[in-house]
Amino acid sequence: MRALLACVLIFLAPLARAEDVVLGLSQKSVSITTNFDGSEILIFGAVKRDAAIPVGPPLEVIITVAGPAQPLTVRRKERRFGIWVNTDEIEVDSAPAFYAIASSAPFSEALSDTEDLRHQVSISRAIRSVGAPMQVENAAAFVSAVIRIRKENGLYQLRENSIEVTEQTLFKTSIAMPANLTEGAYDTRIFLTRGGEVVSKFDTVIEVRKVGLERFLYNLSRQQPLVYGLLSLAIAIFAGWGASAAFRIFQRS
Amino acid sequence: MMIYLPIAEVSVNAFVLLGLGGIVGVLSGMFGVGGGFLMTPLLFFIGIPPAVAVATEANQIVASSFSGVLAHLKRKTVDLKMGSVLLVGGLTGAALGVVLFNYLKALGQVDLLVRLCYVVFLGVVGGLMFIESLNAIRRAKGNAAPPKRRRQRGWISKLPLKMRFHTSGLYISAIPPVIVGVFVGILAAIMGVGGGFIMVPAMIYILGMPTKVVVGTSLFQIIFVTAFTTLLHATTNYTVDMVLAVLLLVGGVIGAQIGARIGVKMKAEQLRILLALMVLVVCGKLALDLLLQPGELYSIGLAGGH
Repeated sequence: MRALLACVLIFLAPLARAEDVVLGLSQKSVSITTNFDGSEILIFGAVKRDAAIPVGPPLEVIITVAGPAQPLTVRRKERRFGIWVNTDEIEVDSAPAFYAIASSAPFSEALSDTEDLRHQVSISRAIRSVGAPMQVENAAAFVSAVIRIRKENGLYQLRENSIEVTEQTLFKTSIAMPANLTEGAYDTRIFLTRGGEVVSKFDTVIEVRKVGLERFLYNLSRQQPLVYGLLSLAIAIFAGWGASAAFRIFQRS
Repeated sequence: MMIYLPIAEVSVNAFVLLGLGGIVGVLSGMFGVGGGFLMTPLLFFIGIPPAVAVATEANQIVASSFSGVLAHLKRKTVDLKMGSVLLVGGLTGAALGVVLFNYLKALGQVDLLVRLCYVVFLGVVGGLMFIESLNAIRRAKGNAAPPKRRRQRGWISKLPLKMRFHTSGLYISAIPPVIVGVFVGILAAIMGVGGGFIMVPAMIYILGMPTKVVVGTSLFQIIFVTAFTTLLHATTNYTVDMVLAVLLLVGGVIGAQIGARIGVKMKAEQLRILLALMVLVVCGKLALDLLLQPGELYSIGLAGGH
């Protein structure tokens, strides 16, 4: 066993960077069941290195978990004829349905702005918005509204200093996922940084999917909408008949 | 106990839904209304997306109307012929309503339309009912003779396409019932209500139907219109949430039976004035939402329909 491990290490050694991530997840997938009420994923790992810990600024860790990207329409209300109605709208080309950042230090210390631009780590960089119509003033306000609303819903999270790093080698954190999750592949990225520069990067995927009854009903409603609609009606009519029948028996006794 | 709704994609407390179904059921049993006009706004308040609330509520009304119509069929208080004529209009109206609903959804104004419809119709119906029942109570106290019902339907009696409706004892043109049907059908699709609270007064005051067949006939046609609306929403918008519907149904049918028993013990005027107040409260809350500056001016929707 030890020989095998040594072999693997020898193979990997020429490819490996000076510091590399070995990752563990408490769960590889999140199942949305009928009683799904959010989920907490524990992410832990170690830094593998061939040499001694380099001198200089300490090792920092940044972890991001991003839900599937969706195009959005953001609308702003304005007062018209005394009531509040949606007036201006812009399209956001792509925004993740969920985005959490955890870092072992304040974000701006853990990652320089240049590196943030390169890897698109911060929340505002994870949202892509190009085609704002000219007649809408202040399109940036729409994007910050998306961030604000989703932060309130727990869908976007920036949790600085939430990763524990021990001896510049072991790290762990947990990411809380709210109940109103969208299905899909959640890209999980781990960055190791020193002095704001990314020294190593590791990607993995957490699958979030509906299972069981939830999966069945959702698929049925999308693939066989007519059957789904008729089934809903059948249940309704049966329940209506059942209630009246049950009540008649109840009244007689 | 939290339940994740597969279509609405939100997690809500199952007991809150059962309770809501139960409370609205009690009220609908007491007052003899479908309760859709109360349930749909309540679903908005607990955070169900409006499109899902409207479509799912249509499905729930099928159940409560079916339960009600069975009792009326037994008492022979359903005018099937009039119901069918109303239904022709109702189905046309429901189809128009869903088209309008989807068009406004694309414009991002569906929320506004649904809320405006609610404020206007709840305000008018609640206000009229309140004034009418206040007068009724005053008359009862003064022991005055009830006012004579006007049987004048001048222009309506001149329309062509006359039909005989035996159960209602009417010989009138088919045009007014079809128009009433279209109108209620549109409302059913947009507001997620059966439309009983508009249909019943329309049948009495516009068509001149006898009161005893009005509720049964209205329920009869509501079943088909809401069933049709449910199917249209299910196939075009995918917004019918079966889990939500079942939870509301269970609470609703139990509540309705309890409500019917409470209702028997109360006086008709008292019942009507309570119902009117309740309608006005819901209307007021929705109107305030439109008039006051909202806490969050921005809203997020998925691009491309749904």
